[in-house]
Amino acid sequence: MFFRMVYESFRRQKRRKLLAGVAVTLGVAVATAMIGVATDIGDKISRELRSYGANLVVTPQEDTVDVEIGGVNLKPPSDGAFLNEADLPKIKEIFWRNNIVGFAPMLPVNVKVGGPSDTKVVTLLGTYFSKRLKSGTQEFVTGVRITNPWWKVQGSWPDDNSNEVLLGERLAAKLHRRPGDRIDVNGRELRIAGILSTGSNEDEGIVAPLAVAQQIVGKPGAVRRIYVSALTKPEDAFARRDPKSLSPADLERWSCSPYAQSIAYQLQGAIPHSRAEQIRQVAQNEGTVLSRIKGLMLLLTVAALFASALAVSAAMATAIFERRHEVGLMKALGADNATVASLFFAEATLLAILGGLIGFAGGALLARKIGLAVFASEITIQPVLLPVILAIAVAVTFAGSAAAILRAVRFDPVFALRGEA
Amino acid sequence: MSVQGLPPIRTEANALNTNGAQQRSGSPHQSMLLRMLFRSAVRRRGRVVTALSAMVVAAAVTTAVLNLYADVQAKLGTEFRSYGANIIVVAKEGMPLPADALQVVESALEGRGIAVPFAYVVARTSDGHSVVVAGTDFDRIRRLDRWWKVSAWPATSGEVLVGRRAAAVVNPQSGHFELSFQGHAIKLTSAGFLETGAGEDSRIYMPLGDFVKWTGVQPSTIEVAATGSTKEISAVLRKLEDALPTADVRPVRQIVEGEANVLNKTRATLLAASVLIILTAALCVLATLTGWVFDRRRDFAIMKALGASQRLINGFFATQAAAIGVAGALLGFAVGIGVASWIGRVNFHAPVTPRFVVLPLVLAGSVVVALLAAVLPIGLLRRVQPANILRGE
Repeated sequence: MFFRMVYESFRRQKRRKLLAGVAVTLGVAVATAMIGVATDIGDKISRELRSYGANLVVTPQEDTVDVEIGGVNLKPPSDGAFLNEADLPKIKEIFWRNNIVGFAPMLPVNVKVGGPSDTKVVTLLGTYFSKRLKSGTQEFVTGVRITNPWWKVQGSWPDDNSNEVLLGERLAAKLHRRPGDRIDVNGRELRIAGILSTGSNEDEGIVAPLAVAQQIVGKPGAVRRIYVSALTKPEDAFARRDPKSLSPADLERWSCSPYAQSIAYQLQGAIPHSRAEQIRQVAQNEGTVLSRIKGLMLLLTVAALFASALAVSAAMATAIFERRHEVGLMKALGADNATVASLFFAEATLLAILGGLIGFAGGALLARKIGLAVFASEITIQPVLLPVILAIAVAVTFAGSAAAILRAVRFDPVFALRGEA
Repeated sequence: MSVQGLPPIRTEANALNTNGAQQRSGSPHQSMLLRMLFRSAVRRRGRVVTALSAMVVAAAVTTAVLNLYADVQAKLGTEFRSYGANIIVVAKEGMPLPADALQVVESALEGRGIAVPFAYVVARTSDGHSVVVAGTDFDRIRRLDRWWKVSAWPATSGEVLVGRRAAAVVNPQSGHFELSFQGHAIKLTSAGFLETGAGEDSRIYMPLGDFVKWTGVQPSTIEVAATGSTKEISAVLRKLEDALPTADVRPVRQIVEGEANVLNKTRATLLAASVLIILTAALCVLATLTGWVFDRRRDFAIMKALGASQRLINGFFATQAAAIGVAGALLGFAVGIGVASWIGRVNFHAPVTPRFVVLPLVLAGSVVVALLAAVLPIGLLRRVQPANILRGE
């Protein structure tokens, strides 16, 4: 009998039920989409923050002090220690390899450019532009085009295996060179593929494939430093602990959190004779910006949940209020309050589950669309969320209906039947 | 009446009977309409309060979200300034910066940012190593480069900050060391060590006054952190270019572009979230108000039975809905401003400035949604015979 009443109620009151169902569906969809966006925003923004450039730097362990003002190195380039280019793929073999967005080796060399009449000493920076590397079976592409996205090139980017270079825009203006021209560097003729604009010291120099810089300095395989761009977790008190002072269990927990420090520690272990540290300007500030944005999205999610809960309760209250007469009739026929209430709650649950399922699917779609539109990458909703969302939907629908059900149950059947309620 | 606040038919019908429109000869429709509006609001407090609270909540959420959306750029802009300088002023080759360059920069900033002067030389240590020494203003640099990890800041003249790598060259273990520049030697005390992970680690920083006295070299670089939107920053940039024709003024692209990128993405996400929330709030109002109007179909039927024109009935319901919309929007606006400034304090540790530009938007939106909510059910009811409604069918 009970099931038949629920069934009949849905069959007869199609329009009313549809309205309430639509409210539940939309509410759940908005809630799902917002939860999806809020849980994923940290990851997405932290990827966007990588456009600030590398947050870790690897240098030779016995590296000496740089004597450099305004990007001009005043020290002979052959001085000091080097890292080995052959060790670079090991960066992609550390535990946190999937958090490494990219890296770029650097080898600055002082060179003479121009003809015999007006020679100038400038810095030539050897690096990867977008080099294809192999570590184990995995192939990946890395270089300054990934780590330094603010570098702009007029003309084309040189190939990593060519003798082509990029000329800084200030230097190009001084030497009156354009893409396609040739330039004499330490007696060797190099083709200018493009003019580089970075807004910093590289504008005064030349950027060349790493191999070209190595040939000039006469040290094959040499790299002065490596800039690594990694996705990290904002630093907290635990992150600042010295790994050497940690107990084995703590060390494991420390290494298993992608702090800038723990990634640096692993890089140092992966590359022989190296020292890795965070570039504090980038690494330290990432945390604050990230936590502000995450906090904002969290608060907005709460607002969205609140608004959808209200919309659902409003729709449910209206739907139940409509049915005072039915309540009067049921009670006149001998139904007690509990029976009436359980009938309404059963209907509410059914609506909540149906609306919740459709809303969840719709919300997942919505979150995906937002992800694609804003970040050009998908936001996936964890299926684990489904039961949570359904539970919330049922709870909200119950809460929204409770007041209305209570009121409906309290009706004097006489008034209800007379049509005066 | 046992039912709270819901004794509709009799009261409203009585009101109509005793104070019929005929007795008011002046402007019967208007005064009657006002009276009906007022009495229906008072008599049916329960339903009106429900509808009004839905309206208030929706308007409050909308106000808060719109306020935050408008303010997030300024708030995040402040956060981004912890990334340090976004404009660099450098002396052109062979030309020093004008002596009043720092004052010029300060006046161009109008208090919306920090400028820090830097002067550099290469000095020699007692055992012949070269090291870069920079003269600067420590008070300013502490505000500009907040990421600097410093064991102890120099407090008095003669004290310096030694970069982590530079420490290997000068051996300040005892705390004292000697440097010479063009034959002038100076005794320095290391106050603390500096760690940044970048070029600063290889330098020694000393107070600008001491530096100029020792070397005679004036600042060649001014690092500027200008706060504000992208537009405001480029305005500062142009001002500086005009004011300092002998210097190179350039934006730090790494910082400026990174910031623009993150800000745009954040704003876009926020916009999507705001649209979703506002739509949900509107839906909530629509559901409540529709229910409220639908619930009053008896009033509707009685008015119709007594000969009220469709226009009058429409006007009656529309006015009521609009009144709820306006009242809800005003109350909600006040609440929303409060919520926005609370979020500002909790999340950004700075209050969000109320934007009164939002008010007309919220007001118009509320009235439109309220009217929509009133008109929809009337359209449905119009087709029904009043007799049927009154009979309770």
